[in-house]
Amino acid sequence: MKGPILALAEHRKGEIRDITYEILAKADQLSVKTGSDSICILIEAPGQGLQEGLKGWAKKILLIEAKGLEVFNSEVYKAYLLEITKALKPFLVFLPHTPWGMDLAPALSVKAGLPLVSDCVDIILEDGNPKAIRQIYGGKLYSQVSFKPSSTYLASIRPGSIQVEANPGHDTVIQGFDTPVSIPPLGKTFEEFVETGQGDVDISQAPFLISIGRGIGDQERIEEVRELTEKLGAVLSCSRPIVDKNWLPKYHQVGTSGKTVKPKVYLALGISGAFQHVAGIKGSGTIIAVNKDKKAPIFRVAHFGVAEDLFRIVSALKEKIGG
Amino acid sequence: MDIVVCIKRVPFTQEVDLEIDSGQRDIVKDGLAFVLNEWDNYALEEAISLKERLGGQVTVVSVGSEEDEEVLRRALAMGADRAIRVDAGNRTLDVRCISRILAKVVKDLPFDLILTGAQADDTNEGCVGVMLAEELGLPHASVVKGVEVLDKGLRIRVELEGGTEEISLIKLPALLTIQTGINEPRYVSVMGIRKAAKKELKVLALEELRLGSGSLEPDSSVERLFFPPEQGGAQMLTGDPATIAERILKILKEKGVIQ
Repeated sequence: MKGPILALAEHRKGEIRDITYEILAKADQLSVKTGSDSICILIEAPGQGLQEGLKGWAKKILLIEAKGLEVFNSEVYKAYLLEITKALKPFLVFLPHTPWGMDLAPALSVKAGLPLVSDCVDIILEDGNPKAIRQIYGGKLYSQVSFKPSSTYLASIRPGSIQVEANPGHDTVIQGFDTPVSIPPLGKTFEEFVETGQGDVDISQAPFLISIGRGIGDQERIEEVRELTEKLGAVLSCSRPIVDKNWLPKYHQVGTSGKTVKPKVYLALGISGAFQHVAGIKGSGTIIAVNKDKKAPIFRVAHFGVAEDLFRIVSALKEKIGG
Repeated sequence: MDIVVCIKRVPFTQEVDLEIDSGQRDIVKDGLAFVLNEWDNYALEEAISLKERLGGQVTVVSVGSEEDEEVLRRALAMGADRAIRVDAGNRTLDVRCISRILAKVVKDLPFDLILTGAQADDTNEGCVGVMLAEELGLPHASVVKGVEVLDKGLRIRVELEGGTEEISLIKLPALLTIQTGINEPRYVSVMGIRKAAKKELKVLALEELRLGSGSLEPDSSVERLFFPPEQGGAQMLTGDPATIAERILKILKEKGVIQ
């Protein structure tokens, strides 16, 4: 029998983050195939009690409580996970491919000498061996990746890629971890969280968004779309590259690092559909995408697609509505 | 402040139809344009602007072929002082191998800070920077969106999800992986690249690095590439722009967002 399948819980400001349930679901699903335990690793400050929200999702919760751990720190997590992987000899360890996970997983891989495949959208078993499924080239292609033979495999999982069904309802056993873990002097220390991207428009509440992306090409041409949004009574939003270039303020940004939106209609102009963007528009009623590139990933999530230059469509729309 | 920046040249694949090559493990690269990885461009700009304010040297390093020197030349034109290319020949290297190679090169360079892109446009792994930091035993931070220099270290802003940012202090020497949008990368002219041709670009053969046995054994290998499954997807609206506009307006009316 193979070793257990571990999944690391991610939490912030006292809340378990969604990616945790996603990787727990995958761990649970694979543990049925391997006949081993699914174990959730939860590292928190004493008294936080986050384990309550994780009951049922794994056979066991390995609970580590220590002062200061209400906030993630990759150095501390690495020290714990190093000892945990030694002690539990897991078959697989699932980590979140989030900004925090990106600071942890590669360091743990090097420190523990365990192979890592990052940013996986799925993990499958072939003849008992784990294979990672990844998206590359902006989602235009997938790759299947094998690990070098190892006792333990590390995989970081892209948020939003694993379908979460109902809580499997395990009679979860909560355990502590008795092995002493020495935490080295920290090179990085947390100061505070700040919220950015507040502005005079709240795109998360707008019923009709017209959103622009890299395809706009030129800052000055944003005006042409702005006119259209005003005429149609829509709110202007955008994808990441527009904010990176400082063409629009951050509060217009849709996606993982910006806002999650749920309009009745989302009209995407010149947006290719990077997964970070798509993750922010999944709650939209109807998605209409206009993009010159007929292979753009946005067309896989849109309800209606137009493979055409966005400015031709913008002009035609303006003409139809007059003015 | 002496800074090392690790950069990578990647194929430009937006608005391009990709093909899988006969070995099934890579794309057909003939005919594709190549550019500096977008994240690395921001890392470079950050390094050069820090140098301009604080003095010091910026060294850029890339593991790649002779053609990849194009991005090193560009970095020199942006203001880097010298460049190093590690020639890896035809080897297939994963992120782990690359981080070992970079560690071997970087450890002998003067540095207070190492910057890399948070991830690369092509295979999107986002691993090399932090693996390199771990190899060198350095403090590290990922997806950094702001850097403020203090007396004994840096105050950094890490971009998290949903508009939240984390402010942390980090000791030097350290490694940061840089997120896009942290700055506005400067324009590089063809003339600038020509002028920078005089700057030092050193080429190291892998053998010269005397990496230990096994260092170039990858931890992971691509078995096959495949196209996304054709499922669902958009109903494509076709015709001339006027016809399409009419269809779109009809949908907007049906969904009740316009009168």
